[in-house]
Amino acid sequence: MKLTLWTYEGPPHVGAMRVATAMEGLHYVLHAPQGDTYADLLFTMIERQSKRPPVTYTTFQARDLGGDTAELFKNAAREAYERFKPQALLVGASCTAELIQDDPGGLARALGLPIPVVPVELPAYQKKENWGAAETFYQLVRAFAVKAEPGPRARCNILGPTALGFRHRDDVTEIVNLLTHLGIAINVIAPLGATPSDLARLGHAAFNIVLYPETGLQAASWLSRQFGQGMVKTVPIGVGATRDFIAEVSALAGVDPSPVLDDDGARLPWYSRSVDSTYLTGKRVFVFGDGSHAIAAARVASEELGFSVVGLGTYTREFAREVRDAAAHYGIEATITDDYLEVEAKITELQPELVLGSQMERHIAKRLGISCAVISAPMHVEDFPARYSPQMGFEGANVIFDTWVHPLMMGLEEHLLGMFREDPEFHDEAGASHLAENRPLAWDQAAEKELKKIPFFVRGKARRNTERFAADHGLTGITLETLYDAKAHFGR
Amino acid sequence: MTSSTALLEERPVLRERGQREVFCGLTGIIWLHRKIHDAFFLVVGSRTCAHLIQSAAGVMIFAEPRFATAIIDERDLAGLADANDELDAVVTQLLQRRPDVRLLFLVGSCPSEVIKLDLSRAAARLGRRFGPEVRVLNYSGSGIETTFTQGEDACLASMVPVMPATDASGLLVVGALADVVEDQFTRLFAAMGIGPVRFLPPRQARDLPAVGSGTRFLLAQPFLADTARALEERGAARIPAPFPLGVEGTTLWLQAAARAFGIGVSHVRAATDMAQERGRRAVARYRAELAGKRMFFFPDSQLEIPLARFVSRELSMNVIEAGTPYLHRQHLAEELALLPASVALSEGQDVERQLDRCRAARPDLIVCGLGLANPLEAEGLTTKWSIELLFTPVQGYDQAGDLAELFARPLVRRMRLAV
Repeated sequence: MKLTLWTYEGPPHVGAMRVATAMEGLHYVLHAPQGDTYADLLFTMIERQSKRPPVTYTTFQARDLGGDTAELFKNAAREAYERFKPQALLVGASCTAELIQDDPGGLARALGLPIPVVPVELPAYQKKENWGAAETFYQLVRAFAVKAEPGPRARCNILGPTALGFRHRDDVTEIVNLLTHLGIAINVIAPLGATPSDLARLGHAAFNIVLYPETGLQAASWLSRQFGQGMVKTVPIGVGATRDFIAEVSALAGVDPSPVLDDDGARLPWYSRSVDSTYLTGKRVFVFGDGSHAIAAARVASEELGFSVVGLGTYTREFAREVRDAAAHYGIEATITDDYLEVEAKITELQPELVLGSQMERHIAKRLGISCAVISAPMHVEDFPARYSPQMGFEGANVIFDTWVHPLMMGLEEHLLGMFREDPEFHDEAGASHLAENRPLAWDQAAEKELKKIPFFVRGKARRNTERFAADHGLTGITLETLYDAKAHFGR
Repeated sequence: MTSSTALLEERPVLRERGQREVFCGLTGIIWLHRKIHDAFFLVVGSRTCAHLIQSAAGVMIFAEPRFATAIIDERDLAGLADANDELDAVVTQLLQRRPDVRLLFLVGSCPSEVIKLDLSRAAARLGRRFGPEVRVLNYSGSGIETTFTQGEDACLASMVPVMPATDASGLLVVGALADVVEDQFTRLFAAMGIGPVRFLPPRQARDLPAVGSGTRFLLAQPFLADTARALEERGAARIPAPFPLGVEGTTLWLQAAARAFGIGVSHVRAATDMAQERGRRAVARYRAELAGKRMFFFPDSQLEIPLARFVSRELSMNVIEAGTPYLHRQHLAEELALLPASVALSEGQDVERQLDRCRAARPDLIVCGLGLANPLEAEGLTTKWSIELLFTPVQGYDQAGDLAELFARPLVRRMRLAV
């Protein structure tokens, strides 16, 4: 048993949902108690998906436990097939259903549905979200991929992008453009946008690009072993890594990389060399995220922005070895933990000038008054920007330059704000200096106290509205009643 | 009362069983931990439980929260004696970190219940160890036992046996309300001459109100079946009333209390006239926008029926279907008597069938959970997320306008947008 105040990763079945939701023509029947449907909101609210995830939950309750939860599962699977008519059914259990051992795979197969059924067993008391996504994708690839003539050298698959992934949508666009300019054909992109029948065609490519090792490496390794396909593991985040990536795919595909390298559209190198970036030199940065993003960010920070990496860590235990190796390269010891309090303690101890982390490190940094940029999942609604905002490729490097450097400039402003906070014109209650001071009305004690109960972000508006109301009605003082009369008058 | 019960028996209720798109009772921790300032909620569960609470809260943690999960792992599943030792170690670690905690809830979850981890024994054991400074209670917020707001019911019910005893006459208001709403009600009750008035849950653990045969209690929330039963077992008597949503609901709720304390109607009127008038004015601002609009409630918080009553009677809206996860016939008798006969009721859920009905009806406004809202908006329908009705102060006269505004805003937004 482990005390957990907050968790970087969800349970493994949420990883399976990320795969199912990314794909088309696949439906996931999840044996799970009432309440587990909360996971839908990750996709509909955080990612703003316009469709519900293709997931049917059995939502069993206590009264079902005495009866036949297996029958409940079979009904749910049958009805899901009839309603959604998917090409294939993915079936599995969440943590509670794992304990009641109903065997969703066997039950679903016994239904004799005219479509393939892929069972996934995701041990919820050992594993986490990314592992669940990788395992699910691997099981689907195993179930559907058919060995074939690989065809031309310059044809590849892109593996790993999922729903609820950090910039996956835009990264895929960027990398597809890059490969297309190199003259490399894309056979299948999966799981994002792929159908089960697309997975059947995976064997037609000469090699696989593992864009996100956390979710795609297991399937790609299997394909290498079974089909003899090549594998590109370089994650193209940053200018240097993107160049390495281009060299690697060009060699595998037998194409000339020079047209793309000569006209790469990367502004980061020049921006970073320009004199106004001098102040970035040696800024102490702390990097934390999933394994791949953390390693990539440390390289960009060190080699492309001239920062000093003073801390590096990950919550992805599956990639702990890689992160430790990377940390050794910077002469530091890696922080491998899924306890944010440990991360907070480390940041506090190191006192970096910039934190590159997940949304949790953003909050930690904010508390400590340190500048921060977000580089990794777990996902937050802010991590799905409306604009095109890849992390990968040369445009990704441009985006990274902007998003990492701006908080440092803002940091300078905050520093000035802090310095002048106690000045007479500058305290919390003071208005802006160009607005005239105007507070002739007296608030009585009860009204002033009640005002304090209003959340701070609307308190100013409430005060203004009440005073305006009092002035309009010729009142000289403000009581509790005036406050509520004004509220009724103005509405929110 | 008898006539309204009879009315309900005539009234058809569509009962459904299928996928229930609802939160489990753990979700209540989000508002309960903010209400009881020195309480800590320790869920004994899985990573799913931890993930649910942080996702449903919709925010990351800004300060160290007063809730956490003791995540059960493989080793705990191997043997129960081990799980109890592990739990004791987690609680010790937690209370060392948080010396400010005075009340610790061990909250049961689906996995803890399936493996039959006895949290009441654990609470007693830990209570002996950490008491009297820290009181340790337990309740279940599991999805197999509780639906969404039933978690608050289970939490409050767990406090009832440890409430001090009293024979004195007094009013107890039951159900978590925003502090600002509690203060308003306190002033109104004082003006009406009702007292002493206490609230459950209290803001501080040490302020747990006393209960006994002289206690009469008003439910401020419609989902408190177990809490009410536990209070009745302690000798308290429930004052039947509609719920304090909207001006009418608030007036009837206050009047019911006044009747129970032998206070005349004129007294009530004198104390509430001004606030009633103000509430009506605030609600009227939105009636023009909302009157005649067709509304559909997915089952979620059990507030659906009181809300349907409010929007029908005070905003002149037409409710097509009011779904509720669970229909408590006795506690809702007064509400159902006020609800127009045209409102179809459904209990339980088969979300796919309900979505079919909802799409066919094409309502102007749908109240639903977070999982359904954006997909319905993408289909061109307008929604209001129901969880906001729990997080926002909506009870009482001075919030009646705010409640109406919550329903008006999505429609106003849709009208404004030209993209």
